[in-house]
Amino acid sequence: MRATSRNFEDNARAGLANDNLQQALGLAQTGFPLRRRLAINRLPEFEALRETGRSIKDHTLEYLDFYLEFYESKVLASGGKVHWASTPQEACNAVLQICRSVGAKTVAKGKSMVAEEVGLNEFLEQNGITPVETDLGEYIIQLRHEPPSHIIAPAIHLIKEQVAETFRAEHRSLDPDRSLAEPRQMCDEARAILRPHFLAADVGITGANFLVAETGSSIIVTNEGNGDLTQTLPRVHIVMTSLEKLVPTLEDAGTLLRLLARSATGQEFSSYTTISTGPRRAEDLDGPEQYHVVLLDNGRSALIGSEFQDMLRCIRCSACINHCPVYTAIGGHAYGWVYPGPMGAVLTPSLIGIEAAGHLPNASTFCGRCESVCPVKIPLPKMMRSWREREFAAKLSPPVFRTGLSLWAWIARRPALYHVLVEVASRALGWAGRGRGRFRALPLANGWTAVRDLPAPEGRSFQSLWAERQKTGAAK
Amino acid sequence: MRVALFVTCLVDFFRPSVGFAAVKLLEQAGCTVEVPRAQTCCGQPAYNSGDRADAKAIALQVLDAFAGYEYIVAPSGSCAGMIRQHYSELFADDPVNLLRARELARRSWELVSFLVDICGMRSVDARWDHEATYHDACSGLRELGIKLQPRQLLASVAGLRLKELPGAEVCCGFGGTFCVKYPDISDKMVTDKEADIAATGAEAVLAGDLGCLLNIAGKVHRLGRQVEVRHVAEVLAGMTEAAAPIGVGR
Repeated sequence: MRATSRNFEDNARAGLANDNLQQALGLAQTGFPLRRRLAINRLPEFEALRETGRSIKDHTLEYLDFYLEFYESKVLASGGKVHWASTPQEACNAVLQICRSVGAKTVAKGKSMVAEEVGLNEFLEQNGITPVETDLGEYIIQLRHEPPSHIIAPAIHLIKEQVAETFRAEHRSLDPDRSLAEPRQMCDEARAILRPHFLAADVGITGANFLVAETGSSIIVTNEGNGDLTQTLPRVHIVMTSLEKLVPTLEDAGTLLRLLARSATGQEFSSYTTISTGPRRAEDLDGPEQYHVVLLDNGRSALIGSEFQDMLRCIRCSACINHCPVYTAIGGHAYGWVYPGPMGAVLTPSLIGIEAAGHLPNASTFCGRCESVCPVKIPLPKMMRSWREREFAAKLSPPVFRTGLSLWAWIARRPALYHVLVEVASRALGWAGRGRGRFRALPLANGWTAVRDLPAPEGRSFQSLWAERQKTGAAK
Repeated sequence: MRVALFVTCLVDFFRPSVGFAAVKLLEQAGCTVEVPRAQTCCGQPAYNSGDRADAKAIALQVLDAFAGYEYIVAPSGSCAGMIRQHYSELFADDPVNLLRARELARRSWELVSFLVDICGMRSVDARWDHEATYHDACSGLRELGIKLQPRQLLASVAGLRLKELPGAEVCCGFGGTFCVKYPDISDKMVTDKEADIAATGAEAVLAGDLGCLLNIAGKVHRLGRQVEVRHVAEVLAGMTEAAAPIGVGR
């Protein structure tokens, strides 16, 4: 996927000016956090579970090489194959090769953010293979030729009227006067349209929420059941995923699944949790003939041992996104790549470079809500700050800003000078603002006064008033 | 108790009356208050901008200025959080100063939590006939766990009726340099905050951090609303007469 993260400011302005988006975000802003809160209130051991979840992921990352090899041996033993992909191109090529080997023309796809990351749909189309998204949200945005704006609710930027409009425009064989007022009606329509695609598809591609080393299994969760149809009906199942999804045991996966559903949608468990181990065995009633795992690295292994290693704990629940006041103000497309919100602000620079994604870790107030809801306790603000440090060290931040900061810091390190300047400025601005008590505009303060007034100082600095008070006190 | 007041750069420059309110409350709690002259800022602007070297230099200055005091107290969860939670990160690779930073962190408190949790203050002697709401500033809330302390003391202010703010724990959009680097996004956040405040019908909004308050007051006045914006310390100290509300002329 081509990144537009450099244009973050323009993207954000477009998001803020988009009424439909603002309406959609308004609903998401209250819905997700409320459902999560209610689910967590019903599970007293949630805090303890977070700690367990964190240690499971930390342990796996510590011994990742071992578990990856163990995982591959188990996949092979169950009759499947692992395709190691260092780059998006290698991942796409691996998928294409498998598709060509079975003469595939259409591919049914379950939701996979890794597939978005490598630009799989575009690549397959260029090579004469038609991918059909089967997750309702993904299907809607595929029809609209839009990227996802959220990692678990890809079409969350749309209101239902826009979806109805899209269905009318794209499902041309259906009665143009049919009612599409209710989400249920749209859901039924998508279901009817998608069903033949499941049956016709030569290859099914899903993502994976977890990979289990002890059994060589992949696990996906959905609420629509599309994942099961995608992976059981076609002859070939490809799991498109990345290497940090690995956990040692099924029990570990169970622990993380309990955290995932509650953190993501406020469910106790997702409607469908599907565990796949290898292709169909002789005694199985159904299942694919071939089972492939395309395992993407794309810069992830380089994070191990760096200040960003903790990011690899992420289980993609989206709690940080749902609770982020910046995300809920501007929407996911503003971030300009696959992963939005706080997790994207840390991950995107890791994967596409800080030069292309510098705005993302900067566009945060460090309010800390993301870290407080993260089910595996990823210190997201701390890592955003680490990106800012790298950016500052590489002199990538704007020169005006850097100069201003240096000047301020130079003065702040000289208390005597600082106190004189603060007193002078406080008196001057206090005098200038004495009538109204605030400024509508002020030279050099446009970033502030463009959108709000600047309250005027009272007119004397605390330090000078305190010094006077000490003197009078001593005189008495 | 010998307490050093960390004035904070915003209180020093914009609103000294918050500093004097803090002194009064601390004295009421039985503390002897001193104000080290060698303080300027906690270094957070540099730290959050990725300028680690300057942040460290300023933090060292704070370590020196506040050595020897039993407690250091700031009328801001943000600055207190910086000293308590982040100084030790700054000196992670400097063992001598790391020890000093950890030792300073143990002595550093945000004003209201200090009054309640350390001084055992349960009520204040103040009157303010207002219906007010309270915004939980992010750093105080999430870095220092400040939630009940201000509400407990505000409940004892005669004439004050406190209404809970929906979304009280959602950021107001200040975020230090964030609000000037991304004014459009900050605007949306503070606009939402103002709408939540207006929805309570309260005549006043209080908080424990001047950064948030300047942002909220700036928006309230830009929108032409009449809501009074004040630091919680002014109300608790009974010193609302000493200064007009934030952003209002004399």
